[in-house]
Amino acid sequence: MVTQASVVTLAGAGQRDALPTKRPKSLLRRISDNRTLLLMCLPAIVFFLVFSYAPLPGAWIAFTNFNYRDGIFGSPFVGLRNFEFLVKSGQLWLLTKNTILYNVAFIVLGNILQISLAIMMNEVRSKYFKKISQAVMFLPYFISVVLVGVIAFNLLNYDTGAVNALIEQTGGDPIKIYSIAGAWPIIIILFHLWQSTGYGSIVYFAAIMGIDNSLFEAAAIDGASAWQRIRYVILPSLKPTFIILLLFSLGGIMHGNFGLFWNLVGNNAALFQTTDIIETSVYRMILSQNNFTSSTAVGLYQSLFGFALVMLANWIVRRINKDYALF
Amino acid sequence: MRYVVAARQPRNVRLDRSDYVLRGISYVTVAAFATFCALPFVLIVSASLSSESEIMRDGFGLLPKGFTLAAYEYIFRAPRQIIGSYVVTIVMTVAGTAIGLFIISMTGYALQRKDFPFRNVISFFVYFTTLFSAGLAPTFIWISRYLELRGSYLAVFLQLLMTPWLIILMKNFLRSVPYEIVESGKVDGAGDFRIFLQLVLPMMKPALATIGLFLALGYWNEWYLSSLYLGSTVEFKPLQYHLYNIINTANALRNSVAGSNVSITELPSNTLKMASAVVATGPIVLAYPFVQKYFVSGITVGAVKG
Repeated sequence: MVTQASVVTLAGAGQRDALPTKRPKSLLRRISDNRTLLLMCLPAIVFFLVFSYAPLPGAWIAFTNFNYRDGIFGSPFVGLRNFEFLVKSGQLWLLTKNTILYNVAFIVLGNILQISLAIMMNEVRSKYFKKISQAVMFLPYFISVVLVGVIAFNLLNYDTGAVNALIEQTGGDPIKIYSIAGAWPIIIILFHLWQSTGYGSIVYFAAIMGIDNSLFEAAAIDGASAWQRIRYVILPSLKPTFIILLLFSLGGIMHGNFGLFWNLVGNNAALFQTTDIIETSVYRMILSQNNFTSSTAVGLYQSLFGFALVMLANWIVRRINKDYALF
Repeated sequence: MRYVVAARQPRNVRLDRSDYVLRGISYVTVAAFATFCALPFVLIVSASLSSESEIMRDGFGLLPKGFTLAAYEYIFRAPRQIIGSYVVTIVMTVAGTAIGLFIISMTGYALQRKDFPFRNVISFFVYFTTLFSAGLAPTFIWISRYLELRGSYLAVFLQLLMTPWLIILMKNFLRSVPYEIVESGKVDGAGDFRIFLQLVLPMMKPALATIGLFLALGYWNEWYLSSLYLGSTVEFKPLQYHLYNIINTANALRNSVAGSNVSITELPSNTLKMASAVVATGPIVLAYPFVQKYFVSGITVGAVKG
């Protein structure tokens, strides 16, 4: 590896002073020395300034009675009243509960299925079979959530849905699935697993590939059955990957998969009790009610809560294995 | 990291009964799950090839009922809408992928240069946006009221140009470029930008393909920003948003075949929705086998570390 000083000397040779100075360089000097690299970062810096940092002061809306004409800082200040309303109406609790419960279900079932699938993919010997089945299993992750909504409509709608067609063929009465709130957690979870299990299993599959083959040979010589091989060789080797992935998904537990929920449920108020998550509620408040104060308040609550969770998750990961920590 | 074909299993050892049982279960389960993943696509294609009257009577099924191309004929009888949407989406995808790829690789390159003193500050500046955001409402107000981009394709186009995750992914990919390359460029008197453009980029084709694929997918599958910032203000909606409207609003279906002189009652609305889905999704599914390997490398390289 080349030290910084010698690189600077190489770069500066023949231009300015050939001798590296011992004093730490001034900020201006460091900027001018690295102007090309800084310029290369400039478009991205401007992008994040404009689209991620500039909206931040707008979070102030959560404490105002915002109206579009007076703008963010011209609207009257109301303190915590927007939050008070959300708490008292029970809406904040419902949204938090739904968002977290769905994510817990996604994380638990998702990981179980992904690990099982990865282990089974490892048992498949036929290269051809493996390639084709992998290609098919990743495909759902590749398509837009709008198409997922189309699939749901095809399967579940009352008049022509494939599920109801099947029920009628077997002599049953068609079901109005789009008005049964209790059915939707299962439907949403199924669609989520359909879309993400194949793709998510790649990480575990790669981890199994990384296991030292001598472990398997030793197990075989000791007479381990296939089940013992899974229990004592594969699963323990997947543990670090599992813990890290788990912690990071716990860090993101306040953030929902908006596209999936919206395209499956949309504006169907009959289902909100069991399907409304923070993102769908905020989206609806903005687009159909023009309610910017509540939506900002909910968003700010989500950001702060989510931020605290990510910091916590990262702190724990750091204590387990520093190399895996995000920062 | 693409396809790891050699399975991790004992070799040269006699397999016992449990190995064969596990292998049997594995083949059956993997095949079943792959079928489960594929069935919805079959449903959509079959429905789009069915006759409306039989669908009204019997409902959708796995096989086409009363095979007909009528729904596709309706779409292409007055193809103005669908062609307009295709043009908008293709232009956005091509331009956005090219520009985004250029900026992302430039930034990723600078941020992994060990001798760049600002790399940690800028990395944190980029990364922080994933930790804390203003939320949808303030962003929406900022972009529509202050930047006045509502109703402009730019609101959609610009916001999809890059994500922190893609910059981090690029940084991870670029770590594999040996520093000696940069050094040799410097000795030859090349500036940092020329080293990047002429020495580093040509070595990074797999990275460019992977990140380019994710950018292209982002543009092609985009419906969300369009629903927020375009709504019904533009004549030609991006493809997926156009499909979203056909599925979710009654008028959109009629408008999509406007000029083809059919009354709304005659419209084969169920099969037309399915045919629109096939038309809007078809190209990307056809492209899928060719880009799948890059898709996989994205998650394996990206999972390493931020």
